Formats: sequence, C-alpha cells, structure tokens
Amino acid sequence: MSELGFLIIFPFAVAVLLMLLKKDSILRTVVVTVGALAEMAVAVLFSLSYVIHGDFPGESAYLTHTASTDKVIAVCEALLMILVFSQAIRFRKYYILLLSAAGTLPMLWLDLTGIGESMKPHIRIDVLTMIMVLIVGIVGSLICIYAVGYIRDYHVHHDDVTDRSGYFLAMLFVFLGAMMGLIGSDNLSWMYFFWEITSVCSFLLIGYSRTGEAVTNSFRALWMNLLGGCGFMAAILFCVLVANIYNLSELLRFSEIPGLVIFPVSMLAFAALTKSAQMPFSRWLLGAMVAPTPTSALLHSATMVKAGVYLLIRLSPLLHGSLPGTMVTATGGFTFFAASLLAITVSDGKKVLAYSTISNLGLIAAAAGCGVKSAMWAGIMLLIFHAVTKSVMFMAVGAYENSTGSRDVEDMHGMIVRVPKLAFVMTVGIFGMSVVPLGMCVAKWAALRGFIDSGNVYLIMFLCFGSASTLFYWVKWLGKIFCVSKDSERQEDRVRKTEWAAIYPLTIMTVALCFLYPLISSRILIPYLNDWMPGHSKDVFSASITEGDFIIMAIMIICICLLPVIMVIVNRIQDRRVLSYMSGFNTGDDRSFYDSEGNRQMQHLSNWYMQDLFGEKKILIPCLAVSAAFIILIMSNCAIRGLFL
Amino acid sequence: MMNVYSIIAIAAYLICAPFAASIFSGVDRIVTARMQGRKGPGLMQAWWDLMKLFSKESTTVNDIQKVLVVAHCFFAVFSGAVFFGGGDLLLVFFSLTMAEVFLILAAYSVNAAYSEIGAQRELLQMMAYEPMILLTAVGFYMSTGSFGVAQIIKTDIPLVLKMPGFFIGFCFILIVKLRKSPFDIATSHHAHQEIIKGLTGDLSGRIYGLSELAELYEEVLMLGMIGLFFITSDPLSPVYAIIAVSAVMFVMSFTDNIFPRVKWEVLLKLAWIVTFFAGGTNLLLLTLI
Repeated sequence: MSELGFLIIFPFAVAVLLMLLKKDSILRTVVVTVGALAEMAVAVLFSLSYVIHGDFPGESAYLTHTASTDKVIAVCEALLMILVFSQAIRFRKYYILLLSAAGTLPMLWLDLTGIGESMKPHIRIDVLTMIMVLIVGIVGSLICIYAVGYIRDYHVHHDDVTDRSGYFLAMLFVFLGAMMGLIGSDNLSWMYFFWEITSVCSFLLIGYSRTGEAVTNSFRALWMNLLGGCGFMAAILFCVLVANIYNLSELLRFSEIPGLVIFPVSMLAFAALTKSAQMPFSRWLLGAMVAPTPTSALLHSATMVKAGVYLLIRLSPLLHGSLPGTMVTATGGFTFFAASLLAITVSDGKKVLAYSTISNLGLIAAAAGCGVKSAMWAGIMLLIFHAVTKSVMFMAVGAYENSTGSRDVEDMHGMIVRVPKLAFVMTVGIFGMSVVPLGMCVAKWAALRGFIDSGNVYLIMFLCFGSASTLFYWVKWLGKIFCVSKDSERQEDRVRKTEWAAIYPLTIMTVALCFLYPLISSRILIPYLNDWMPGHSKDVFSASITEGDFIIMAIMIICICLLPVIMVIVNRIQDRRVLSYMSGFNTGDDRSFYDSEGNRQMQHLSNWYMQDLFGEKKILIPCLAVSAAFIILIMSNCAIRGLFL
Repeated sequence: MMNVYSIIAIAAYLICAPFAASIFSGVDRIVTARMQGRKGPGLMQAWWDLMKLFSKESTTVNDIQKVLVVAHCFFAVFSGAVFFGGGDLLLVFFSLTMAEVFLILAAYSVNAAYSEIGAQRELLQMMAYEPMILLTAVGFYMSTGSFGVAQIIKTDIPLVLKMPGFFIGFCFILIVKLRKSPFDIATSHHAHQEIIKGLTGDLSGRIYGLSELAELYEEVLMLGMIGLFFITSDPLSPVYAIIAVSAVMFVMSFTDNIFPRVKWEVLLKLAWIVTFFAGGTNLLLLTLI
C-alpha cells in the first residue's frame, strides 16, 4: 500500500521540482532520469512483492478514513477547474466552461456537503492493478527518460516555439502520477479526480507549442474528454444518490445488469470510449500528434487511452450480453475496422501510428465488451503488447524525425542502409504490431476465439476484414524501410544516448514478451480471471493457445531472429551483382533511367494509399456519423431504462 | 501433438508436394491448351522448369534479397508442414502470411519500379483474400469445435454440407491465391509483362527457383484446404476428396479461360463482397444452429 502511495505522490513531487528547473541543465537530466528510474524500480518491486507475498490471486483494499485527503482532493479539483476556465477564457472557447463546470461542480457539492463521503476502502489492489502499474511504471518512465534528449533536439529544430521544456517534462510526470492514482483507486470519486487530471494534462501537453493548430487540437481533445468526464460524473451522482454505491468494486458485485445500474454502467462505458478515442471521438487522438513525440508516445502507449480500456476491462463482467456491452463491442469492432482502412490512406508516420492505436484500442474495447473470460484474456494481453510495442514505434519515429527532419513514411525509403539501428528497432516494432506469431497477433488470435465463444458474428467479421487492412499498411511501411538504394551510405547517428536508453530496453521487451507471455498467462492471468467475480461465470477458463501451438510459434520466432545469421551464410555463395531491373534502361544506378527520348529521368517510388477508395475525405465523416448515431441511440435507450423504468 | 501419423504425413508432404503440384499444374495446362485448341506442354513441365532454374546462375541486386527469398520459401513449406501434420489452421494461415510478407519485402528491397508495383499488387491481393481465409478457419472451428486439422478430419459428415458458403467463398479467393485470371494478378502465369510479373522480376536462377518451389508447396497446401471440406473419418473419403479437388481445379481452369481480366479495384471489391455475403451468411447460420 505504501508503495502505491509513493508511486502516486512521488511523480507529482518530481514534477514540482522540474517546474522550478526551467533551464536545460545536467541537473535536470539527472532529476528526470533518477525520478523515472525510482518510479520504475518501485513499480517493479511493488508488483514483485505482490506476486511473492500477496495472497495471490486475491485482492487487497485500503484506506477507509479519508476525510482529510478528500478535502485536499476537493481543493485540487477546484484548482483544476480554475485552470481550465482561465485557458478557455484566454482562447475564447466558452463551451469549455460549461463542460468543465458540469463535470466539477457536482463533485465539489458532493465533497463539501459530505454526501459523497464513504467509509469504504478507497484503494484496491489486484492483479489488473499490478499489470497496469507495471505498464505505466516501466513504459511511462522510459518515455520520460527519452523525453529529456528529445525535447532538446525539438527546440533546436523548432526555434519558433518557446522553450518551456521544464514545464513539459513536469507534465509528463504529472501524467504518470495521475495514471497510478487512477488505476489504484476503487472509490469512484477518487478515480474521477485522477481521470480529470489526465484529461487536463493531455490538453496542456498537446497545446505545448502554442501554434494555431496545436491550440485547436488541444481544445478538441479537452472538450471530448470533458464530455466523457461529464458522463463519469453522471454515473457517480447516480451511484451515490440513488444506488448508494461508492466504489467500482461494489458496482461490479451485481452479477448481471439490473435496471438499477444500467445507467451508471452505460455512462462509465461512454466515458471510457471517449478516453480511448473510439469513433466518433477518434479525432482528438489524431490531433494529439502535433505535440512533441514523447507526448504521443505517452498518450498512445502507457497512459491516457489505456485508462479508457482499463475501465472497460474492469467493467467487462457487467457488459456481458447487456445493452452497454453491445455499445462497447459494436463501437470497438467498427473502430478497429474503419481506423485500419484509414491508416492505409495516410503517409505521415505519426498519423499511421495514431490510426493504428485507435484501431487496436477498438479491438481491446470489443474484447472487453464481450465479457467472456477468453475475450478478457485477449483484451489484457493486447493491452500489454500494445503498450510496449507502440511506445517503441513512436520513439523510433520521433528519433528518425529528429535525425533526418521528416517522419513521413515515404521518406523512410532505404532506412535499412542509412540508419540501420533505427531501422532494426522499427522492424521489430512493426513485426510486433502486425506479423504473426509475435505479440499483437497472438492476442488477436485469442480475441478471435473470444469473439467466437461469445457468439458475436459481427465482431468476427470486423476482425477478419480489419486484420487484412492492418497487414496492408504495416507491410508497405516495412517495405519502405527495406528498400536498398544502390550505393546509399550510412548516415551519422544523431540519436541521443537518453533516447537509446529508452528505445533499446523496450525493443528487447517487445521480443521477450513473445516468449514470456505463456508464463504471464498461466501464472498470473488465468488464475486471476478464474478467481475474479466467481459468480459471473462458472466455467474454468484455460488458455486457448496450447503448448503445442506455442512450440510451433517459438520455432517461427526463432527462425525470424536467426535471419541475420542465415543472411551471412547464404551470402557466402557469391552471386554476380546486377542492377535492379528497369527494362534495361538504367542509367548506371537504380535511381534514374532513360526515357523514350533518351533523356535522364529520376525514378520516384511511392507506396499505394488508395485515397479514392477509402481516403479520409471519403469515409471519415460517414464513419463518425454512423458511430455517433449508434452511441446516441444506445445511450438514450440506457438512460430511459435506467432512470425511468 | 506429434505422433507417428503426423510425422509420416509431414515427410510425405515435404517429399511429394513438388511432384504432386507439378502434375496438377501440368494437367491444368494441358486442359487449358485443349480448351484453346492447342496441344500444350508435357505433364511434368513445371518440374523440369524448376530443375532448369536450379541449374542456372543467379544474380542478386543487394545483400538482403537472397535471405528474404529463403525465408519466404521456408515459411511457405513450414505452413504446409503444420497443416499436413494436423496442426492449428490459424497457425497455418499466419505462417503463410509471413511467407508472403517476406516475398514482398524481397521485391521492395531491390528498389525498382516494376518490383515495387508487383509488391504493392501482391499486398493488395493479400488484403483481398485474407478475410476469407480467416473466416474459413473460423467456419471449421464452429462446425467441429477445433482449429486443429487432426480434429477436423474426424468429422462424420463432409464439412462442405455444413459450410457451403465458406466453400464458395474459399474457392473464389483460391482463384487469386493460385494466381489465375479473371484477375490481373501479380505473378500471374499468363502475362509476361514487367508489371504483371513485377513481384519476381528481379529474381533469377536458383533464387527464382526457390520462389517457384515455394509456390508449388503453397499450391498443394491450398488443394489440401479444399480437401478438408470433403474429408471425413470414413477411410474412403480421401478418394472423394481427390475427386472434389480435381473438379474444383477444372472449374478454375475453365473460369481462367472464359473471363476477361479485371483491374485490382474490382478484385478487391469482388473478393470482399463475396467474403461478406457467402462467408457472413454461413457464419450467421452456424451461430444460430
């Protein structure tokens, strides 16, 4: 328990310190590195001690008397609202005032009148908490370390942006602290408090550069997340005033959705969908790419969007076969498919990653919405794999942008020769995201079985089509990296040491997880899922991937890992080297050719983007409209049932 | 897990598949030739073509091209071995996908217009047929309760009766997978133009031979998949299965001959529409039963 307290409060303390250290200095680098390492170490020790000493796979609840802490939280909430108000007035976005007030004032009222005060445990730790602590602690802390070197280069390239890097780094730490608080809290009001911090914090980070685009996008992120926050607030009000429920775990005691909790559950699910950027709320996450890359890495991999799917996985037993569950699975499945099509049509590396995140989160949401154990297993596994792999991809793209000035996939042509180390990291990342039998695909496979078990035909269809389009955009990216232009030379490695210090461990983890996940599954996840909410489902769940399957997959992974060795062996046989085939009209290399009039023409190779078929202009608005209509329909249905029937 | 039967089956597959595929393709080419009023090549032409390629010098463009083709060949053979060894269908398809990915990367690596167009076209074809392939695996799972080939073949009735929609859909995408018209397919056996054959345009000699060999193995795997729709626990069922596979092959040669070629947009749309309706309807029926 005290460890969790440290994990929550310590990042805030580091943030305060960083706010004071405005100028770039060695001291600041040390503070960030030590702070991040300490956070990581405690997170790892905490979960280890939990595995070793805790009454596994039970759970522990703490902190029943919190009157004084509640006061502090009330004050902080008021301050948060004032901060949002000041920003909204400064940039004349007055609708924000309404959303912020609607989300905060009821909370303050509950706190000040003491109605919201509960004598039940405010903190609860179980296996899911532990897994999230590990993800946030390890991936999040490494991103903070990466940010130190990145932000220095960022200001070299963007001299028009005011250097507020101390503030930037501080916000990253605030994010970590809030995330730890969110996953540790069982009390709904506490959870909501941390939930709002992450919303505001992401708003501040996205708007970091203060350009027109950044401001627009940050306010878009803010209103969408505040809207979700209002849903959360409505759920809390209903729980406290009508159902006399204060904790998430109390809500989960209901074995199926009776009329009483359908309203709060649907509201919480709605909040989670906004936070995890599901359609129609996907646009805030795309807009978030204007921020410096560590922000994107943090938002996409370890925090923010993961808070949304975390809440959905928590709610999962209640979602099984219910109306809110249908909303979550259908929205998630649809988002998975639609976002993967959209990802084909864009060439900005960060945008491809953003669509891929939205798409993958859709899959996690769909798995959580099924509410069967096999799907939950898949959901949690996807969450772990995605956090690690996506952070690798973002950091590699960010490092590439800082070294070469572009993050467009088209400009990554021939990376394998020019920047081999980054190319290697990216290849591992892309393999991890898309190619079987690594990480994501294993979980996707499990998700397929989960969808079949729950009998969701439309989900199976979404998954099959979505997997095909997912493969398309990843492989064409990989192809660009693998182009070998004749006589191209290696470029100077401009990636900073702190950046490598974050990239390498995560790359290794991406590969290691492929071998470790059966252990995670059998030792941690399966006992947990079988023990958790025993009332919900009597069948004992075992992993759908058998030992034999795992051996075959291990052989495949080892073969892939051995490819460099095989390359050396097969290249022993010397072949005659020729120019690549251009109908015999090469001009002596593979960059230009003679046209029909004998003039030299440069060859330009470009990937397919198929924008006429499913470009953003063509399908984005219809997709958003369909999903918005669907969510409004189900939400209103839930509200009518929950409030009036 | 592994038992004597699966080891024998894997060994038989590894040794016989190239011959079997050569015979099938020889028959196919002869039948096609007769439809067009020609004599056609000899029965084992594909085999002799392959032998000739292996005796030729290969040229390469860069350091990574060769290893990518080797990986392609390995995973293509590997997926067939998993299938005939009675392994998990999804694993078979995943491994096959990986094989394709490596061939595409090999084409990308040479940095030339024709190769890259070929790679994009191949990628697009994968996108067109992948959903149906995954759905077919789901169909087998739902009708027999297992993804394992060893369990699937223990069924009492031919599975095609339970999953006709999947069968139609699978045959449709098989046209693409076996590189037949009506689609204007990357590495189609008919056209001899750079654009059409771009994917393997920069492979030569032994290395090209490897990619051809992989194709033969893949072909046997695909025929095995069709057989899976017909095979049952009845010891005579392999005979029916072979008859069924031959019939499917004949229909495919026939369509190959009578249809004009269409562009990739049509290919993608058609393949997805067929998958959606044939596969989707059948899936829905299986869940309801």
